[in-house]
Amino acid sequence: MIDIKQVGQVFGAVGNGGVRALQGIDLTVKDREIVTLVGPSGCGKSTLLRLVSGLVAPTEGSIFIRDERVTGPRQDTGIVFQAPTLLPWATIVENVMFPSTIMGRADEAARRRAKDLLKVAGIADFAEHRPRQLSGGMQQRAAICRALVHDPDILLMDEPFGALDALTREIMTIELLRIWSNTPKTILFVTHSIPEAVILADRVVVMSPRPGRIAEIIDVDLPRPRDFSLSGHPEFQRCTGRIRDLIFGEQGARFDVEH
Amino acid sequence: MSNTRLPGWLSASREFLIPLLALLVLMAVWEASARLFAIPEYLLPSPSRIVEDMAAMGGQQLGEHMVATLRTVLFGFFLSIAVSFPLAVLISSSRLAADAIYPLLVLTQSVPKVAIAPILVVMLGPNEMPRVIVTFLVAFFPLVIAMTTGLLAVPSELIELARSCRASKLQELFRVRLPFSIPFIFSGLKSAIALSVVGAVVGEFVAAERGLGYLITSATAFFKVPVAFGAMLVLALLGIVLFQLIVVAERVFFPWAAAEERR
Repeated sequence: MIDIKQVGQVFGAVGNGGVRALQGIDLTVKDREIVTLVGPSGCGKSTLLRLVSGLVAPTEGSIFIRDERVTGPRQDTGIVFQAPTLLPWATIVENVMFPSTIMGRADEAARRRAKDLLKVAGIADFAEHRPRQLSGGMQQRAAICRALVHDPDILLMDEPFGALDALTREIMTIELLRIWSNTPKTILFVTHSIPEAVILADRVVVMSPRPGRIAEIIDVDLPRPRDFSLSGHPEFQRCTGRIRDLIFGEQGARFDVEH
Repeated sequence: MSNTRLPGWLSASREFLIPLLALLVLMAVWEASARLFAIPEYLLPSPSRIVEDMAAMGGQQLGEHMVATLRTVLFGFFLSIAVSFPLAVLISSSRLAADAIYPLLVLTQSVPKVAIAPILVVMLGPNEMPRVIVTFLVAFFPLVIAMTTGLLAVPSELIELARSCRASKLQELFRVRLPFSIPFIFSGLKSAIALSVVGAVVGEFVAAERGLGYLITSATAFFKVPVAFGAMLVLALLGIVLFQLIVVAERVFFPWAAAEERR
């Protein structure tokens, strides 16, 4: 579904004060697979997501979706940012319909689909409210509905629950899995929470910083449907332990080198 | 929605009632001191004297002066909007345009408008045009600045969102940037309408045969100070009403923007 081939990204001039964000990234995401990207800040995980979304073009290598090279934003991807980024003047249902509006398909069918999504997300009662009347968690639910409204095959999520409190965050993670089991999509999910990365993923891509590259890809062999009661499961323990080793082991090593 | 709007209207009436009360008290003190200390009316006429002389002038004549000034104010104001909008879009769309236009804008603001007015009268003839242009020159600057600020204040995430939905530049402008800048635009419009009244009066001081500004100059020339005071008060009233019209327009048509500004 998504093929990332030898992708590198340098901000600024190469070798001349430029900052290398990514180096030699090779990753293939299969259809309807959930892949989470986890790593310390500065490892380029959000940059990688932006490259896949087509918002930014890679300086090295290339990305293919369904064997087509990504050259700009595509109709078959939906994106969710860390902030809900809802339009403050529009109602929730209008916000959810925003992609359809831009694509010139804001018809009755789109409205119905938006309302259905709001129902699935549990915020149907707030369809005619403005964003400021909703809590952060509800706003982010609306943002996820917005990413799904044009029925994309691929959902790109950039720390979507990063701004939420810990409790809401767990609830939202399980909600996302529920929505995914209803309408399976290919999901590329960036997070800095290790348990969140494991509970969601078929595979966890652990990245290391400066320059951002893939340290290891971990297969998560947990049964679905999942929830956080699985956090006592030995497989969960194995995965989170391994990720912790990769991230903190390396930072410890860097610490030794630098001092 | 009506139950959420009601407190807004209530607070609006309170905003209106308290200043009105303060004004009435001020008037009473003014009237009393003018009588008590027997201040000559060419220095400070009492409110009652002002009303008397204005009434003597006749409603129709006063109405003509008011309509003349109002016309200049509105023409100047709408001209400001018409010019400011494309300018702001241009400035916000490219660094090059911003660098080219900003110094010119600052130049127009550093020249005193009272100095330009007589030159404009020579250039455009003794008609309404120079007054409208002066009004425009006084009023448009804060509007351009407010609009540009608004267009550039859009969070980058909203722009990325629009781009990820493959929005064209035009869609980005009309669906994201412009609606986002509405609270900014309205604060610009409020400055612009207040300055339009100032501009119109400056224009009338220089060349006019009608209007409240003209009434002030002609009345003072004949030491009819109460009439000049009256014209000044009518001008103030005009300014307040126009300003409040904009406030109300924002609350009625863009309640979310008004809420955003009060936040």
